[in-house]
Amino acid sequence: MADEVPSLAESKLTALVVDDNFVNQTMHHKLLDRLGIKNDVVCNGQEAVDVHCSGRNYDLILMDMEMPILNGIQATKRLREMGIESKIAGVTTRANEGDKKEFMEAGLNDFQEKPLTISKLLSILHRLDFHVQT
Amino acid sequence: MQRQVALIKQSLFDQGYLDEQFIELEELQDDANPNFVEEVATLYFKDSARLISNIEQALERGSFDFNRLDNYMHQFKGSSTSIGASKVKTECTMFREYCRVGNAEGCLRTFKQLKKEHATLRKKLEQYFQASK
Repeated sequence: MADEVPSLAESKLTALVVDDNFVNQTMHHKLLDRLGIKNDVVCNGQEAVDVHCSGRNYDLILMDMEMPILNGIQATKRLREMGIESKIAGVTTRANEGDKKEFMEAGLNDFQEKPLTISKLLSILHRLDFHVQT
Repeated sequence: MQRQVALIKQSLFDQGYLDEQFIELEELQDDANPNFVEEVATLYFKDSARLISNIEQALERGSFDFNRLDNYMHQFKGSSTSIGASKVKTECTMFREYCRVGNAEGCLRTFKQLKKEHATLRKKLEQYFQASK
């Protein structure tokens, strides 16, 4: 499997991992690294907003839903209000349909259940039209 | 030695301590990060020890703040799911269910089992990583 993982390093994509869980931060950071996607990690929705206010921008944001201070739904709404057009994929453990709908309506482009895997991440990239060459 | 490592790993799966998510974790290990799995496991046990301590303190207070307990357990379940800690994840789910219905005794009973599964997993993974060196 390791040999078949495509690399998007040439595409120079960037991503932001937004998650309050240290294990998930490490996993998602490594998953993106594995695909050659440079990425930063923040711990909650407020930090995601702050990093954009500082002028940073990303092609893809992996947004957890339940986080302290500012959760994923609130952060997604705030980013869209700020005019951030990055692709945002909501990533969360099994959410009920109501929560998922609310999260999508906040401004997500895609939604995926945790835990993330390489194949789930590739699926996100495909659906969001990031060109993935194998 | 390789065979011993393979047997230890297989038993972790056969006994239900780990699920396929652990294999996903192993897929991320490469020459650039040859100890990635062990590093993530170490992070998990450090973080989960903190959560266990927080939960213990919350339970010792006597008055059950089910919201707070559920928040801690949500974190715990998330981490456990990410590394494939199947039995621990199951206990987290049960604990959250007891929180949802406000069953203090159920929470206490499940938490005791959770700590046991967590300790066993820790010991077995330590054996696995030691044998892998």
